[in-house]
Amino acid sequence: MHTKTIAELSRALKQREFSSEELTRACLRRIEKHNPALNCYISVTGERALAQARAADASLAKNEGGALTGVPIAQKDIFCTKGVKTSCGSRMLDNFIAPYDATTVERFDAAGAVMLGKTNMDEFAMGSSNETSFYGAVKNPWDTAAVPGGSSGGSAAAVAARLAPAATGTDTGGSIRQPAALCNLTGLKPTYGRVSRYGMIAFASSLDQGGPMARTAEDCALLMQVMAGFDVRDSTSVDKPVPDYTATLNDSIKGLKIGLPREYFGAGLDGKVAQAIDAAVKEYEKLGAVVKEISLPNTSLAVPVYYVIAPAECSSNLSRFDGVRYGYRCKDPQDLLDLYERSRGEGFGAEVKRRIMVGAYVLSAGYYDAYYLKAQKLRRLISDDFKRALEQVDVIMGPTAPTVAFNLGEKTDDPVTMYLSDIYTIAVNLAGLPAISLPAGFVGQRPLGLQIIGNYFDEPRLLNVAHQYQKVTDWHTRTPKGFE
Amino acid sequence: MEWETVIGLEIHAQLATRSKIFSGAPTAYGAPPNTQACAIDLGMPGVLPVLNEEAVRMAVKFGLAIGAKIAPRSVFARKNYFYPDLPKGYQISQYELPVVAQGRIEIELEDGGVKTIGITRAHLEEDAGKSLHEDFHGMTGIDLNRAGTPLLEIVSEPDMRSAREAVAYMKKIHSLVRYLEICDGNMQEGSFRCDANVSVRPRGQHEFGTRAELKNINSFRFVEKAIAYEVQRQIELIEGGGSVVQETRLYDADKDETRSMRSKEEAHDYRYFPDPDLLPLEIDAGIIETVRKTLPELPDEKKQRFIKDYALTPYEAGVLTSSRELAAYYEDVVRGAGGEPKLCANWVLGELLGALNKNNLDINASPVSPAQLAGMLRRIGDNTLSGKIAKQVFDAMWHGEGDADAVIAARGLKQVTDSGAIEKVIVEVIKKFPEQLAQYRGGQEKLFTFFVGQVMKASQGKANPAQVNALLKEKLR
Repeated sequence: MHTKTIAELSRALKQREFSSEELTRACLRRIEKHNPALNCYISVTGERALAQARAADASLAKNEGGALTGVPIAQKDIFCTKGVKTSCGSRMLDNFIAPYDATTVERFDAAGAVMLGKTNMDEFAMGSSNETSFYGAVKNPWDTAAVPGGSSGGSAAAVAARLAPAATGTDTGGSIRQPAALCNLTGLKPTYGRVSRYGMIAFASSLDQGGPMARTAEDCALLMQVMAGFDVRDSTSVDKPVPDYTATLNDSIKGLKIGLPREYFGAGLDGKVAQAIDAAVKEYEKLGAVVKEISLPNTSLAVPVYYVIAPAECSSNLSRFDGVRYGYRCKDPQDLLDLYERSRGEGFGAEVKRRIMVGAYVLSAGYYDAYYLKAQKLRRLISDDFKRALEQVDVIMGPTAPTVAFNLGEKTDDPVTMYLSDIYTIAVNLAGLPAISLPAGFVGQRPLGLQIIGNYFDEPRLLNVAHQYQKVTDWHTRTPKGFE
Repeated sequence: MEWETVIGLEIHAQLATRSKIFSGAPTAYGAPPNTQACAIDLGMPGVLPVLNEEAVRMAVKFGLAIGAKIAPRSVFARKNYFYPDLPKGYQISQYELPVVAQGRIEIELEDGGVKTIGITRAHLEEDAGKSLHEDFHGMTGIDLNRAGTPLLEIVSEPDMRSAREAVAYMKKIHSLVRYLEICDGNMQEGSFRCDANVSVRPRGQHEFGTRAELKNINSFRFVEKAIAYEVQRQIELIEGGGSVVQETRLYDADKDETRSMRSKEEAHDYRYFPDPDLLPLEIDAGIIETVRKTLPELPDEKKQRFIKDYALTPYEAGVLTSSRELAAYYEDVVRGAGGEPKLCANWVLGELLGALNKNNLDINASPVSPAQLAGMLRRIGDNTLSGKIAKQVFDAMWHGEGDADAVIAARGLKQVTDSGAIEKVIVEVIKKFPEQLAQYRGGQEKLFTFFVGQVMKASQGKANPAQVNALLKEKLR
């Protein structure tokens, strides 16, 4: 059962080949067996899952329910889940039982999906390797010496190892796409405002966006159908009709105009990754697409701009973790200042503290104009690059990450090198555009991803373009050794 | 040296919305701690603010009432600082682009003149919770019921030159927000409070002196006292060779003094930046016009109308229009009494306000309703009551003895207008005081009032005074 995609599971459940309860139990058994080695779940919610599975079976027995009824998924531990620990990968929230459900959780519950558990992640989604988690690093199922990517590394490893058919992720600078690439998955970062952020613990509010991580584009389409939509509780969500994401999957892509930004194929890109991306682009040409070189001249600004804006927002967003109302509180505080300093000093990890300090600095009086304000202006230039490019082409393609997965511990002492692993993904968040990463080959036994960037709300096209590739390639069907 | 005082006020008016500015939790005052706070007010992880449109309409209403510019686009910003009753570690406020800018309001000076006070801006923001330092055995309790209550912060220009002017301005804004029904104005509950920026400079100097900010003053009396104290402190400091430092000071009402809270060096760097959880607030002409239609008659307009329509003095009209409720009460009385606006004003300003002040009551809590007062005034008009007896009737109504007619009947207070009956009393009085009669007739005309008094006394005040006068003149001749 665990080898099936969501689309296949959905059909099998409807035809009663097996029950959701059987399927859920099988997933829980696999988690029990493999999770200790991979560390991709922070919490496994077996009883909750089985109760949901039985409810789904009852619906299925009455021929009710939708595409996801009875389908197990995993939720990134950044989404608040009522009555379930919601840690965000941090000691700060190790004792936090959320009193309410995130909109995304509510929507999956309402769709009849079964939540297997909450997946590991970089602390407060800050990281590209899943090594900043309070709960320890996650191992890449393709090579346990390698990182799974981050911040949604737990979700990526869980789906890659077939410990969940699909999972949710969040993407602030590449946190869905980069781990999807490094774990051979399909991951979609939707247009900013397409998926509600309510109940998704904020890292950088103007960049954060939840999205699906699965094995195929078709599965991502099914998950997006549930996740997308306006939410009155999120003022930045967009009130725009949700298209049928599966309806256009099989549209022909003949004549599709693909732009290849020359800045995405320059220095820093691993030669073998470049070859694989070239091969993927050739595949598209065979499918009738037209390729054109384009330029995104401000690409080199994306990482520095991001590392001003994201820390600025995070320094403010994470102020609420003060040891006063919930979460970690230091022992025997002597006074208010001591309570703040030690609760935050002991509750947050090094990377989170680094970003809070950078953020507080760039927002402080006397520095605001030079950093934050300037970064906002450059952000506009980066968006304008995409705007101009997408007037000439339908989609933009390139590598998701400059290399395949690096080794655990390899970059932990050098944050700037770590930050550069998101060089191709970050600009997309700054512009608020949708982008998908899909499996496009391997270097040795480690997978890599092709990134496709589309125009605002053009998720149907991204899914369609990815699906067409997956119809003629088999990268996405490969399973890591030991997890078949 | 002669000193000039310069004052600017920042008034915080709690907007009278039913729910909070960024959440659906109720704004009710006085509920048990932490019962009026939802996940958003508690600053739970993952929650997001959604702007209350009613709060926006109220801010627009205020802006229109002070002739201000309503920003077509304004921005919410985060003001970052740590405090236990500030759940998110930041307050959502407006910083660079407020919703209301460049308004003005007129205040009356003691010499009867009028002065225009500029209003720099008014912006929307959320209130914090409360820290409770008592009853927690050395710990601090946090009540977040107030967290997220909408506030309109109204910032004046430094246009006031005395504590009195500051009070007049604060009272004017207080009256206005209540007229507009956007704030209940309850100062005890903290719905209306202010900070004062105070500085002094040698008269004639153009530059401002260094200012001190006096925090959280919650009564008109305290504003006057705090500023008066602070002005004196600053003058003494400078004249003693010192200089004023820019700082925040707290007014202690018990000791009647201000004391330093924090200096400029210790001032917070609030690290303001636009709140990425909220889109810029866009207000189009349509919304402004809709709100404009809901504007009531404003205090100044009402005052002019009272002067014109009711022939009142500016002073009378000013007092009667100082609150929307009092003005409405007065107009109800005029309508009920069927005219006689001057008489109505005399009674409302005299007996009624006197009794209310004495008992520390608000006009809304008046035990005598406008209809009751009007009923009594009708009885003066139709000569059933004399003015003097009417005071007794008013007093009885105040103590719940019912309408004027009921009181008159129960107490037998009907005025005697039967001239036969009055004559009878006069004859008896004249008989009783032969000496005085002789003196009067001998030329001591002052004694006339003596006879009037005796007649009124003999009639227990019920005789119609005009008739008494006329008949008495006749009989004494």
